[in-house]
Amino acid sequence: MDPQTVQIGLTLKWLLTIAWLLPLLGFVVELIGGGWVWGRYSKNAAYLSVICIVTGFICSFTALMTWGNGTNWSALKDHGAAHGDAHGATPAHTEAGAHGAAKPAAAAHGHDDHAKPDAHAAKDGAAKKDDHAKHDDHAKPATVAAPAAGEHAVVEAHHHKDPKVVFTGLFYRLAQFGSLDISLSYYIDSLTLVMFTMVTFIASCIHIFAIGYMSEELTDNYADHQVHTSHGHLHRPGRFHRFFSFLSLFCFSMLGLVLAGNIFQVFIFWELVGVCSYFLIGFYTERKSASNAANKAFIMNRVGDFGFLIGLMIVWTWFGNFQFGDLPADGHTQPGLFSMVRGNDGQMKLHVPESGKAEVVFKNQDNHIQTKPNGEQRTIPYWLLVAAGLGVFGGCIGKSAQFPLQTWLPDAMEGPTPVSALVHSATMVAAGVYLVGRFYPMFTPEVLLVIAYIGAITLFLAATIAVVATDIKKVLAYSTISQLGYMMLGLGLGGWAAGLFHLITHAFFKSLMFLASGSVIYGCHHVQEMPQMGGLRRKMPLTAYTMLVGVIAIAGLAIPYVTLPGGDPIAFSGYHSKDAIVATALTYMKLNGHYLLFFLPLAGAGITAFYMFRLWFYTFAGEPRDKEVYEHAHESPWVMVGPLVVLSFFAAFCAFGGESGILFKLLLDSEPSSVAGGYVAQTEYLGQGLLNLKLPSHGAIHANHAQAGTLALIMAFVGAGCAYLVYGVRWVNAAEIKAQFSGIHQFLINKWGFDEFYDMLFVRPTHVVAGWCSAIDRVIFDGFLHSTAKAAIKVSDWDRKFDETIVDGAVNTVGIWTFAIGRSLSVVQTGRMRNYVMFIAVGLLSIFALLIMFFPN
Amino acid sequence: MDLSSYLLVGAVLFVAGVVCMATKRNGIGVLMGVELVLNGANINFVAFANYTKLGLDGQVISLFVIVMAAAEAAVALAIALSFYNNHLTIDVDQANQLQG
Repeated sequence: MDPQTVQIGLTLKWLLTIAWLLPLLGFVVELIGGGWVWGRYSKNAAYLSVICIVTGFICSFTALMTWGNGTNWSALKDHGAAHGDAHGATPAHTEAGAHGAAKPAAAAHGHDDHAKPDAHAAKDGAAKKDDHAKHDDHAKPATVAAPAAGEHAVVEAHHHKDPKVVFTGLFYRLAQFGSLDISLSYYIDSLTLVMFTMVTFIASCIHIFAIGYMSEELTDNYADHQVHTSHGHLHRPGRFHRFFSFLSLFCFSMLGLVLAGNIFQVFIFWELVGVCSYFLIGFYTERKSASNAANKAFIMNRVGDFGFLIGLMIVWTWFGNFQFGDLPADGHTQPGLFSMVRGNDGQMKLHVPESGKAEVVFKNQDNHIQTKPNGEQRTIPYWLLVAAGLGVFGGCIGKSAQFPLQTWLPDAMEGPTPVSALVHSATMVAAGVYLVGRFYPMFTPEVLLVIAYIGAITLFLAATIAVVATDIKKVLAYSTISQLGYMMLGLGLGGWAAGLFHLITHAFFKSLMFLASGSVIYGCHHVQEMPQMGGLRRKMPLTAYTMLVGVIAIAGLAIPYVTLPGGDPIAFSGYHSKDAIVATALTYMKLNGHYLLFFLPLAGAGITAFYMFRLWFYTFAGEPRDKEVYEHAHESPWVMVGPLVVLSFFAAFCAFGGESGILFKLLLDSEPSSVAGGYVAQTEYLGQGLLNLKLPSHGAIHANHAQAGTLALIMAFVGAGCAYLVYGVRWVNAAEIKAQFSGIHQFLINKWGFDEFYDMLFVRPTHVVAGWCSAIDRVIFDGFLHSTAKAAIKVSDWDRKFDETIVDGAVNTVGIWTFAIGRSLSVVQTGRMRNYVMFIAVGLLSIFALLIMFFPN
Repeated sequence: MDLSSYLLVGAVLFVAGVVCMATKRNGIGVLMGVELVLNGANINFVAFANYTKLGLDGQVISLFVIVMAAAEAAVALAIALSFYNNHLTIDVDQANQLQG
């Protein structure tokens, strides 16, 4: 690296470190100073938190700008050129595809030298029309994409730019065992920077919103109307500062997770995020439902983390290394996990030994094969790499509330609404998706397929439940699960950038909608049930229309047939990101089959539009359903509405330009090279239990974009239209539909029976076993102990009686006699001198008398 | 005059002193009894000094006794005075705080 790049790396490191550590500072100060120094009526804790996180945002944004300027914004420019190819040069692609199709896998992998010329030839074909002088110099073998049988034979030119620059380094080494190394390190690429900027920005908005929302806590005597004690409602001191200190800790944990340079550090912050969510979901800890929800969230996450730990152990044992990226170490460069598995060309090198089980050969960052001291190749069995990937993904399932661990997230709505916004947009659930994205090079195609299916099931399942939910926050919770399913699906299908693109856009519009729902709840004095609302847009117009922006964004609506000069449709952010995923799904289906992976998200798009518009119409449109709630409703103060307006701007325009827009290109810059050109299974190893999967390449996805986009848009309009008919103009009576399909309705109200199922499968058996254990404890152990104790008491009783009567009796009798004698003798002690003289004289005489009497001589 | 006459005088003085100590309630009287006892003993010492091999030793001891009696009188009178200051009497029967 040249000195200038090193300098940029250092600048980024310090900026992001400041952004990361400031919330921790805020947390510590608020924890120590909050209650005692400032008192319960002070907003200082909130101001401090806001200052910390806003400064963090400024640092993060500066870092993003520094990175951009340092790289001359090559992420934006160069890809634009490559994208342009995909636009204009379809014939060339097809033509080149004919070359590539002849030798699909071998050419793609370039693991043999003789394959390279083929790859060159294919690339030359691709670049025939475009004047790319740099092309041949780079000569990357991994540039040939998946030529599917005849249909979409696309060879895509790889990014024509310098290799992706990643800044890695060490903060502090915690421990070192031989080559095993546990440390705090950092891994900075454009994904890190975008995530930092997004998290800090959204967290800033939420912090500011929370100043208003939590102001009821600024008291010594907060009445909790949901907790009933024997003296009426519960009254307790307000906990304003505590809320903000936890919020700060939450941000610190999330930022640490994003900055982490090794998987172990990710795990540390992963758990910190879990703990913070536990604190915040259980914020109203006196409410039984809240403490239960906090426990549920925590325990469900532990289930997933168990898988994570297994993954970590496999990585630890076989790789002996936790670092993502390559780190310089005593004169040489220690290759990171990504380099070990993928080398620098993004391809795994497989090898089948005599035993017949495929193995993955470790490589160096310069693509050389790693050897042991005895000259053998360093390898990991393929199935163990799959197991490691599945394990780590298990952690992501828990954290991102994917099927089958999705049940904690709706319950997590027990926390205050700003927490819901933070947990469900930028931090906790985003962590799982982020980790899948970050750990992507380690996932084998089998793992990716599992990810895709989990995502597809989750998105459909959650979307159907959201249709019948009536609690405004619950609807949003299920929509969050559903959208997370979209992200996982996108990632699993090989649409790396598409999945993370949706993560970012979703963070904006979902935090917007949660905050808007918070504003509604605040304005309606803690009414959350939508059947009691209606017509609120006249009372709280700003909330209503900012919410509408979010609803349109998540539903993915666009104006058909009208395009901007760049050829992009006029639409809000959700349209672009969801389209990217649906297009990936369509391409994937055309390449590999797996029809569910396309039709579920397509159906999901329609259902999403339906339930989101249902929510909006239910809450804001039509005539008020509950006069009393309506009469008392009011617009929230500016400190709450302000963030809504800001967020709605970003929810609408953050994805401006779609897949040729700034955000998508920034993300694309970090795309692992294994996905960039489209992955192809190494067919010669298919006999070893490997799946024949092809990941779609950018060009192929682009070719299907219009078709997928149209389908998704139609579905979205159908969904939104249905919602309008049922809840907007109330043309169809919702109650009648409900009665008609009461069976399905009940099924959905029961959330597909997951809670009951888990209750039956885990909770009740646990209770029964625990009952047995406690019975054994009570009857056998306690019985034994109690009878022993009783016998001991009896024995000591006898012992006491013996002591009291015999031993004490003897001693006391002697004492009493001695005392009596002494008392009687004391009569002689008259105290009179004359008597004493008499005694002396008489005594002397008596002695003499006695002497004379007994010894006469 | 032989030794036994002296001893008789000494014994009479001694017994008189002891009886005086045992019967007098006046502190000064008791002191006088003490003097009698001491001087009874002195006569015995001097007599033995003259009639036996005791020699000058007996006389020296009697001189010591005289000196000691003087010192004792001084101390005892001081006690009597102090007792009088506290009790407005020198009746030794009042000094019975050591009664058992």
